[in-house]
This record gives sequence, C-alpha cells and structure tokens, in this order.
Amino acid sequence: MTTQIKDERVSQTSFATKMLQRPELGALIGAGVIFFLFWSVDTTGNFAAIGGTAGWTDIAAPIGIIAVFVALLMIGGEFDLSTGVMVGTSGLMAGLLTTEYNLNVWVAIALVFAFALLVGFINGMVVVNTGLPSFIVTLATFFVLRGANLAVTKELTGTVRVANVEDSNGFDQAHAIFASKMMIGTSNFQVSIIWWILATIFATWLLTRTRFGNWIFASGGDKVAARNAGVPVNRTKIILFMMSSLSASFVGIMFVLRLQGMQAGQGVGMEFFYIIAAAVGGTLLMGGAGSAIGASIGAAIMGIADIGIPYALWDQDWRWTFIGVILLAAVLVNTWIGTKAKGAKR
Amino acid sequence: MLGLADAGIATVTMNSGSDVFKSLGAFTHVGQDEIVAGREAGYKFNDLGATNILCPIQEAANVGLTDRCAGARETSTGSVTDFNLDGGLQDLTAASAKIKAALEADPTIDAVFALNADIAAKAVLPAVQDLGRDIFIGTVDMSEDALNAISAGDIVFAIDQQQYAQGYLSVVLLYLNATNAHSLGGGLPMYTGPGFVDASNVEQVIGLVAAGTR
Repeated sequence: MTTQIKDERVSQTSFATKMLQRPELGALIGAGVIFFLFWSVDTTGNFAAIGGTAGWTDIAAPIGIIAVFVALLMIGGEFDLSTGVMVGTSGLMAGLLTTEYNLNVWVAIALVFAFALLVGFINGMVVVNTGLPSFIVTLATFFVLRGANLAVTKELTGTVRVANVEDSNGFDQAHAIFASKMMIGTSNFQVSIIWWILATIFATWLLTRTRFGNWIFASGGDKVAARNAGVPVNRTKIILFMMSSLSASFVGIMFVLRLQGMQAGQGVGMEFFYIIAAAVGGTLLMGGAGSAIGASIGAAIMGIADIGIPYALWDQDWRWTFIGVILLAAVLVNTWIGTKAKGAKR
Repeated sequence: MLGLADAGIATVTMNSGSDVFKSLGAFTHVGQDEIVAGREAGYKFNDLGATNILCPIQEAANVGLTDRCAGARETSTGSVTDFNLDGGLQDLTAASAKIKAALEADPTIDAVFALNADIAAKAVLPAVQDLGRDIFIGTVDMSEDALNAISAGDIVFAIDQQQYAQGYLSVVLLYLNATNAHSLGGGLPMYTGPGFVDASNVEQVIGLVAAGTR
C-alpha cells in the first residue's frame, strides 16, 4: 500500500470522527430535552426515579442491542429490513428446537446463532454480488422469514405459538444469563440492560478504534474510492449483515427465554424502530457517517417516550406521531450534516 | 360469495362477519359478536367488584377490539379506559413495560381486560406480578399459558368464542339446508360465544384442548 493512499484514508477518518461528535451530541441533547419534558408532565413521581428507569430501559435495551449493529450496517451503506422478523424467527426456532426436538437450550442457542449468521451471510452475498439495493434484498428476506415463522410454527405445534420452553434442559442457566431480573431499590431491572451496554461499548470500539471500523466508514462513504484504497468492501458489508442478523437473534433468544415461549408475530415491524433509532442517533441514511452510541441514545428516546406517555396520562395514540416528529427532526439535522460531509469528501 | 348466491348455492359465514353476512348472501352467520362479548365481560367484572378497568388494544385500528372495550363500557358499573397498545403482539416485553407504566400512573385500576391471550399471559400478568397489586385479569381467547394461569388463579377468566362449535355448526346448518331445506337462524347471526373459561371449568377445558376439540 502506498503512503499516498494511506494519507487520504486517514484524513477521511479524522473528518468522519470530527463530524461524529455533532449528531451524537444532538441526539444526546434531544434525549435530555425529551427526558425533561416527560419528567415535568409525569403524574406518578416515578418517571425519573427507579421505577421509571427500570421501565424505559426495559423497552430501550432490546431495541438498542440491535440498533447499534443496524447503525454499523447503515454507516457501511446498507439497510437490513429483516432484523425485526429475525427476532421472531430466532425465538421460535429456539423454542421449537427445545420443545419439539427436546434439544438442550444451549445447543438450540448455538444452532440459532449459526442460522442467523447464515441468513446475514446470504443477505450480504446477494447484495454485493447482484448489486441490488439492500432495501429490496432484505425486504425479500423479511417476507420469506415472516411466512416461514407462521408456517413452520403451525406445522410443528398446530398453533401459532411455542410454549413451555421453561421445561427444557439448560433453561435455568440460560434464563439467568439472558433474561433474568435484578432488584435494585424497589424495582426489577432486566439483565438485557447489561447486554445493551456491552453491545454499545463493543460496537463503538469496533467503529472508532479498529481498522474494520475505518473500513465501515469507507465502504459506506464512497465504495469505489474505498475499493481503490484497498478496503475489502464486499467482505466488510457481508460481515456487517451477519452482525445485524446475529444481534437480532440474540434479542430473539432473550425474548424466548423471558417469555418462556414465543408467538409467530413477534418482531414483525420492529425493524423500523432499529433504523429509526440509528437515524435519530445521527447515522446518515446514505451511509458513510454515524455512531453506535447515537443509536443507543435513539433507542433510549423511544423507551423514554413509551413510558413517559402513559405516566403523563396522555393518550397513547400520540406515540406514533411523537416518534414521527422526532425522526423527521433528526433526519433534517442529519441531512444538513450529510451535505456538508459529502461536500468535504468529494 | 355473491356469485354463489346468484347460482342458488346456500352459504353461511362464520367467525367474523356478523354485520355483513346478509349483504354477502349468507342465510346466517355463526360466530361471536364483539360488542356482545365485551358486554358479558363487563358483567363479569361487575361480579368481581372491579371499578376501574384498563382495556389495552393491541391493534389500534381494529374495530373488533375497540368494540370489545366499548361493550364492556356499556355494562360495567365502573369505568373502562381504552389503552393504545399498538404493536403489542410484536413486542410483548415492551407491551408489558407500557402496561406496568399505565397501572402505576393510575393506582385505582383494579382490573385489566386483555383482548388477546398472549397479551394477557405474557404482557399483563408479568406487569401485575411485578407491581404486586391485586388486579383482576380477564382475557379474550385462550392459549396454553393463559389456561394454566386461570388454573393457577392468576387470570380470572377467558372469553371463549368456541371456534370448534363454529365450524361444526356451520356444516350442520348447511347440511340441514341441503338435505331438508332448512334455513335456520331467522335471518339473524347465531352466537357461539361468549363462553367463559374460569376456575370452575378450566380443568375440563384443558383436557378438551388436549383432545383437540376446544
């Protein structure tokens, strides 16, 4: 590799890193404003206390775990619309493997993770080899899995749900690790919060501290330039698809253990919340810039709104409107930053 | 269906469609009316002494679901509050956290009318148990977990629209029409529900579910 190319890449990264600060900071300020808003209209006195915190983090954690990896994929210039349904697929698959085939929970989890990696790999291979937009490719995956979830579950159980997962071998240890609660003060906190924090730290480290992180920015920023600079764009994208799929299956496992079963509709439609969380957190929809921690803040905003609205005794009907306004505001800011980033890169 | 009616073939609608079966050319409808089911649930909550009922609606634009809450509101002597839980079945753990928040926000809520067995067993029940409050839970339709919760006393009742009977009756009605020229129902829908599953009959129903007829 020549020093000339290396210089260009380094300057790009440092520019991206600089730009990163702003959307992330914007999302954080947004979260602060929304938190303050719901704190001021709270009727329970619980919102900012332990009870409310346990509530909104419970909602935010599973969204955040997937959103940080969806953000990495989006920074890499691709979408994954199959993440939501993948949560359901993974939970159902783990449930069916344990209840219908009597497998140990840990064996089932290993098989589910392998399957998720395969789905991500297929998504990635199809996208990089056909040049089709990932929006379409993963939309197809979404429908394939959605149909399979229903058909396979009905075929094997005769109903639209899997139940009695708690009777399986290894359930208790797996439940303790992926789905237990811990009492802090007067409220139960979900262990998913710890996984959320770990996922955020890992994704942030990967994105900002490793060579692979630079590849992600480069692949999403300008594919041709990245390839010319020696970045393995295809491999990077395929790995990103595998990570987003794996993160979804991780959440699916958490849910099937917590709910001790799963119904076939779980996860459908949730993919948009992961994308919204990433977008609100400052990830550009066209790729090339964004942040993992921002996606986590985006997830937190959703959790805060979901708990804040009932606490305020507002009509829950407004929840969608609220998320829409947040999204539009965030994307307007991001587009403004995006045009600046684009101008500087070309 | 109108083509069938034009061709002189007798039809019966079942499950959903009690409002429209006539316009579709069917001589009767076999099913459960959502308003009627809601009304019966309201009476049931009155018997329990519930005065403030939360009615979470897991599909915001589903008229059948809002009808159930409206029916309960008609007959309940207390208040029935609709709670938009849109997307609840797609994210049951988040639904549970939201219901918990709604219960915390109004400490006088003493009953929840869940409109789906998964919502009842996987979202409402964990929230109620987490809060440790004494709250009656009623639900519509059954699942294995909901039946077990009724058996354990955690859920008070499940409304059963008795789908097995819907299929069975429809065939009988058409058979009598074909073989004996009967046109039963008097131009009105024939109700198979609401039936109730509660502590008094849950063990029997669990046995029948296992046998495949409930």
